[in-house]
This record gives sequence, structure tokens and C-alpha cells, in this order.
Amino acid sequence: MIPAAFDYVAPSTVREALAVLRSSAGDARLLAGGQSLIPMMRMRLVNPGLVVDLSRVADLAYVREHDGGIAIGAMTTYRTIETSLLVRERFPLLTEVASQVADLQVRNRGTIGGALAHADPSADLPALMVAADARILTRGGGRGRSIPATRFFVDAFTTALRETEIITRIVVPAPPARTGGSYQKLANRASHFAIVGVAALVTLDAAGVCSRVRIGVTGAGPAASRAQAAESYLAGRAPTEAALEAAAARAGDGIDFTDDLHGSAAYREHLTQRLAFRALSAAVERAG
Amino acid sequence: MAHAVRLTVNGTTHAHEVEPRLLLVHFLRDVLGLTGTHVGCDTSQCGACTVLVDGAAVKSCTSFAVQADGADIRTIEGLATGEALHPIQQAFWEKHGLQCGFCTPGMVMTLVQVLERNPDPTEAEVRSGIAGNLCRCTGYENIVEAARHAAAAMRAARA
Repeated sequence: MIPAAFDYVAPSTVREALAVLRSSAGDARLLAGGQSLIPMMRMRLVNPGLVVDLSRVADLAYVREHDGGIAIGAMTTYRTIETSLLVRERFPLLTEVASQVADLQVRNRGTIGGALAHADPSADLPALMVAADARILTRGGGRGRSIPATRFFVDAFTTALRETEIITRIVVPAPPARTGGSYQKLANRASHFAIVGVAALVTLDAAGVCSRVRIGVTGAGPAASRAQAAESYLAGRAPTEAALEAAAARAGDGIDFTDDLHGSAAYREHLTQRLAFRALSAAVERAG
Repeated sequence: MAHAVRLTVNGTTHAHEVEPRLLLVHFLRDVLGLTGTHVGCDTSQCGACTVLVDGAAVKSCTSFAVQADGADIRTIEGLATGEALHPIQQAFWEKHGLQCGFCTPGMVMTLVQVLERNPDPTEAEVRSGIAGNLCRCTGYENIVEAARHAAAAMRAARA
């Protein structure tokens, strides 16, 4: 399968890339690691007239400390995230999620910015991004924006990004002390995409009560979202098995479950609840 | 519009004009005639097209040749030293790590990376390392055995 013909440009600065985007009247696509865009171009699901390769833009690939949390450049690969000692120290759940994405070759190339912009409804990272209160920083069209992950994923393959905007950085705040996290997914065996994936972050107070609960769900519906009914049920309660079960039973509330060849809507609802229970249980254990 | 690319493949530098849509795997096979790198699934899942680009295993069907401008590429043709097979190739021979052989170049190139990162992988680590490579003969048992045999041989050679 051969993509349709296109023009190619590899700018060396974000400013230059933005200028190209503005002058291409919606006919351009940004190429990051290419692990989603290139397959889509080969299937001719996407046929851009111009491909803007960001791999030559300086200073878009890094992991840095940021206000106690971490800042990750948009062109940082899964491999870099997976092996970063800073990520492991500040946010071990991100290490865990990054190492479960796709396969070794895809993780060598695929980038965090590219994955978020692509917004595959079955991608792993979005579940963690919404659970972790991450922010997606962009440039283009004025002063640039800092978009909360919870408002970034609009629909399947649809984000809050504008056509003339580029993701430059992802900021992940450090979780409070005594926070444990876990990501549980049922993966498709060939693609390793999540049929459903649930990321949970639970903070315990001195008395062992859940003081803060964050749950992100991917794969279940058209876009990654927070399981707020489950979060608010569990917050303020002791994490007994019964409380975790009752919270998990609410993890699918408000999701418009996807029904496709990988799983029926009812199956996805069941998976969401079971994986939420497992993720919450493991998170509580790690928080202790 | 054609773009000039200059890249090194198995130690030899090549300069060509390529159309941007030319995939790296087609550049290797059709322009350079290096047909050891295979096209399997055409959907970025099977890994038969795996090559090393600047040391990183990548699926060359999921990369444009134009992106590789300036890169140092290693393919299955670049592994052996004269008549002497690379230890991973030798192990595939000795442990019968192939049946039809179609997935073999990709398996071997991925394993070069796996063993470089982890010289003594467990069976589970080998399996997760080659998760992006599919063998339609389902010959995984011997592939995994070959990988661990190669790892032991490479460790012994270094000791």
C-alpha cells in the first residue's frame, strides 16, 4: 500500500513549522514519530498535500523537572519516557504505561505529542493523562495554550487542537505524597491497543482514608475520560474491598460504550468495571 | 517533488533522489536491491521489515526514506562478517529458529536490539521484546530458544 503523493518539508524551528501550517490552508499534516500517521496514509484514510516532519525541530525531545513534576517535550519517544530515571522517580505509573504501548519498534519511534494529537480511542497514554491532571501545551495562533487533558480529548481521533497549532510540551504534575497508581488493560493481541484500559491514582491520608481519587478510562468509548462518579464515591471512604467494588461499579457511568469487532458495548462495560477494581486495588496497595 | 537523501546502509553511503512517499522498506528493496528486508503485513504489525536506524529497531514500512536522510542504517545483509554468521543468525540455524523463514530477517534485527539492551533476557523478556514481530508458522518456541542461545554465545564471546 502506497500513500498518495505529497510534498515534504522538515523545518528546524517551531516558528517555521507554524508558518508552513498557516500557509497550507488545512492541507498539511504534522509528522512526529509517524507510527499512526504513516499507516493511515498508506491506507489512504488521510491524504495530506503536505507533510511537515517535526523530527528536525531542535529542543522538542526532553524530559525535565518542572515544579516538582515533569515536563516532556512533544517529540519525546515512548522509549525515552520508558527509560527516563526522572520519570521513574517522579511518576512511576507513566513508566509503566509507556512500557506497555504497542511494541519495541513502535516505542522506539512513537512520540508522546504525536500519540496525544492522534487521539486514538484505544491508546494507553490518554487514560493516564486525564487521570494525572496533565496539561498539553501548544503554540500557534497567538500566545499558545495550556489545555487540560480532560478537555483535550473531544471524540475519536478528535482533539481540542486547532489546525494551525502544534503541541510543544506535556506537563505532568507530581502526585501528592502517599499516592499509589496502577494501569490495567486488556490488550488486543496483535496491535497491543487497549480494548479497555483503566489508570487509577489513589492518595491515602494519615488515617488510611482515600483523600484523592483519579480514574482515567481509555478504549471504552470514543475518547478517554475521567470516571468521576467512581472517583467521588471512593473519596472520603476507607479503601475496603466493598468500597472499591462499589466505586468500580460506577466506573462506566456516563460512557457511551463502543461496540465493534474487538468487543461488544456490554463486554466493554464489564471490562471497565473489572479493570477499575484491579487498578484501584493495586493503587491502594502501592499508596500504603 | 523529489528530495535528495544521503544515507549509510551497512557501511556504504548512498545518495539518491526520492519521492517523499517512498517508504524506507521500498527504498532498501527496490532502489538499493537489498531484498533481505521483507514486507509482510503492510499494516505495521508484523515486523518483517525491521531494520536498525541509527541503532534503533524500526519498522521500515512505517517510515519514509526521506526521513532517513543522514541516517546510519543496518539491515540483515549487514550482520554477517564475510562467511561468518552473526551469533543470532548462527543460533537461528542451530536451534531451528525458522520454518518458512519469512519473518526471520525482522526477528533477527529486532533481537539485535533486544540483546544489546539486555544481554541475558529471561524467556518472558525475549517474548515481550519480539511482541512486534509475528511468525505465521507460529515457530515462537524455537525462536525464543534461539534468542537465548545467541545471548549465551554473545556473553561467552565477551567474557
